[in-house]
This record gives sequence, C-alpha cells and structure tokens, in this order.
Amino acid sequence: MCISFPGRIVAFKEDNCLAVIDIGGTKREVSLDLLDEAVTLDDYLLCHAGFAIHKIDTEEAQKSLTLLQEIIDNEIY
Amino acid sequence: MKYIDEYRSPELVSGLLQKIEKRATGLVKPITIMEVCGSHTTAIGRYGIRQLLPDNIRLVSGPGCPVCVTSIEDIDQALWLAAQPEIIFASYGDLLRVPGSHGNSLEKIRAAGAQIKTVHSALDAVALAQAHPEQKIVFMGIGFETTSPTVAAAVLQAKKLEITNFFIFCSHKLMPPVMRLLLADEELKIDGFLCPGHVSTIIGAQAYNFIIKTDRAAVITGFEPVDILEGISLILEELTNGVTEVKIQYQRGVKEEGNPKARTIMNEVFQPATVNWRGLGEIPESGLVLREKFAAFDAQRHFSVPEIRSQTNHACRCGEVLRGLIEPSECNLFGTVCTPASPFGPCMVSNEGCCAAFFRYPQN
Ligand code: SF4
Repeated sequence: MCISFPGRIVAFKEDNCLAVIDIGGTKREVSLDLLDEAVTLDDYLLCHAGFAIHKIDTEEAQKSLTLLQEIIDNEIY
Repeated sequence: MKYIDEYRSPELVSGLLQKIEKRATGLVKPITIMEVCGSHTTAIGRYGIRQLLPDNIRLVSGPGCPVCVTSIEDIDQALWLAAQPEIIFASYGDLLRVPGSHGNSLEKIRAAGAQIKTVHSALDAVALAQAHPEQKIVFMGIGFETTSPTVAAAVLQAKKLEITNFFIFCSHKLMPPVMRLLLADEELKIDGFLCPGHVSTIIGAQAYNFIIKTDRAAVITGFEPVDILEGISLILEELTNGVTEVKIQYQRGVKEEGNPKARTIMNEVFQPATVNWRGLGEIPESGLVLREKFAAFDAQRHFSVPEIRSQTNHACRCGEVLRGLIEPSECNLFGTVCTPASPFGPCMVSNEGCCAAFFRYPQN
C-alpha cells in the first residue's frame, strides 16, 4: 500500500479534477486534489493511493544525475 | 522507465560505492544508519546494498511499515468491525493477512462470510458507500504522512457529497515522533537517518530539524540504488564535516517545504493524538484521530466496539525488529514457523515488512 509511483499525464477528466496517467504502459486515474501546483499534459506526477501528491521535477532529476556523474568522475576517476 | 532506469545505472552505483568506501576509511568509529521507510527496507534488500557497504557502516531498519506498526488492539477491533453484518469493511490488501490475537485475520473471516473489500484508495471506499447506500462502509485508514492526506481528502469528498454511510477506522501514524524516540534510544545509537522519501514529499525537510540539533545526520533519500547509495554517502559527508542541515538527496520527489496543500487538508480533518505502536507502546502525539468536526465519519465513535482482550504473542519478536534492535533472522520463528506464505507476525505479512524483506532477499 505504501508504494508511490511516477506516471506521465496523458489526459484530464472531470473538470481537471482527475488526471489519467501512464505508468510504463498501464493507465490509471488519480485525483489532483492534493497537488499544490498547476500541471499540464506530459508532466510526471508522483502518485500514491489514488492521488497525485507531487509534480516530479524532471529538470532537477536530470541535473542531479549529471552532477552526480561529474562528482564521481572528478573525485574518483 | 524515465527517471527509474537512470537511477539504477551500474556506473553510478560503482562510483558511489568507491566514494563511500573512501569516506568510510576516515570514520573514527563504526556508524549506524537507520531507514524508517518500508520501501527503503525492501530496496536495500532487493539490491543487496547492505552487503556492498564497508564493515564499519551498519544499516538498521526501523518502524517504517504501516501494517507492521499497527497495534494488535487495532487489528482486533478491525476484525470485530469487519464481522458486523451491516458493515462492508474496506482495506488495503496487505492488511488482510495480519493475524489478530486469536489467530483470525481479515482474510480468514472473509472466507467465513464477512464482507471485506480490498481497495487501493480511500476514494474507492467512498465509491463503495455510494454504490451501497443500505450498508455501512468502514475504511481502515493506516499509513504515515504520505497516506493520511489521501484519506483526509476522501473524507472531505464524502462530506461534500453528503454521504452518511462512510466511516474511517483511523490508525494513522506520524513519523517524526517515533524517530525522536528512536534517536534517544541509548541501545540503538543512531548516527544518521535515511529519511523517508515520500513522507517527506508531504512534510518537507524542516520536519527533521530535531535530528540535526543532536548532531546526527538526516538525509531525505529516494528509492533507487543510486538514491540510497548517494543518501549514505551524504550521511558520511555530514558526519565527517559536521552536521549542518537536513539534506535532500531525493530532489526530484521532495521540495524543501513539502506539500503544504496536502498538509492543510490532513490537518483540517485529523488532529494528533497519543497512540499505541506495535512493539513500541504508546508514543505521545504520534498518531492521528478525526477532528470533532468530522465525528460523523469516525468508526470508533459510531460503532460501539466492545472491549477486546488483545494478546500479543511473545514468540514473535517484531517489537525488537521494529526498533532496529535485532535482525529478523535472530527471531527463532524466522523462515521456519514464520514465512510470507504463512506469517506469524505482522513484519512478515506486508511486502514492506522487514522480516518479509529479509526472507525474500537473504542477506548473506
Ligand atoms: S520472523 Fe515472524 S515471528 Fe519473528 S519477528 Fe518476524 S514477523 Fe515476528
């Protein structure tokens, strides 16, 4: 029950209260009631127990991977 | 899948391991790091992270699985409620096999005729209430700060729709109070916490300031191998250079301020209360109960649950497992009497449970 998973928004429903998200090919509906920022199609959401709880910062995800790679390259190799 | 595969990169993993090894040689004494999230426990087991670390870094699992920390009294009351003919009991699937005091479980009483439905969301239980107006739907609310806002939002939804046959049997818990308790434990001697990623999505970084005030490290960490190793590496960095802040390794999933909207909804519906944890006893202000304003949705107030004499089975050492004092394999029943197929204690039931994780992913 504790699992939270990331999914990409592919559609909105019910006056934008619900989003249909794609999780590796599976579609699920999640409520947007708990989300505190605006979202658009193709955004990635972190979903938990039927609700989106966070908009995934994809830029941040990319940045941290690049940074990590740099740190590892410089410190060790 | 995007932002999952990248965080499993073998190259990053081996780079981080070298970094950890280098930092670990500078430690003056062995250190203990605790994770308090069931998903961390599972990931650490699945990726064999414990075995990859230098000997002077010990990883221990804490009370991070909501099913496991639910008290036997709450399980017994849930069993009573679920057995009432006018009730449809709605529950997350992994609670179904938790044994109560007298060997019963939701699964067993369902087989004997009780109306019990497995749901993935509290919203499914609201939909059940709409579909069965002649019945009373009791949803068992368990989980930490990640889950309780979803249940609070479902209560608000039920109120808005003027649904009167939807009730919550509330067993929600809060993470910081139990971490505070474990931090003070002289036997455990925790040097740093891998703080739970998705609880932090809601509560944010500042909720852990009490940890760094004691010069212990706190790093909010994600769930992929790269995340966990980077989290450990950041804890080492903090301990070597001096702890100054709660660090967020899991930047893509957690904002410094958390999710204030979810917290507002959670606080509108629930208020903190002293509750009983499996193996840890009563902890002040460590759980949630429905506020007076939402009393109409409170199963505890609506149904007169009789006093049940709960009995903990002392052969099960879940209490010590949940406090990080012993590893599951130190329990005599582990892997023999108690297995995921036939669980004796709650830590073996849920996928997120520490005993289940150790059983599925043997540590040596
Ligand atoms: S192995 Fe089973 S009986 Fe032993 S502590 Fe874990 S859950 Fe309890």
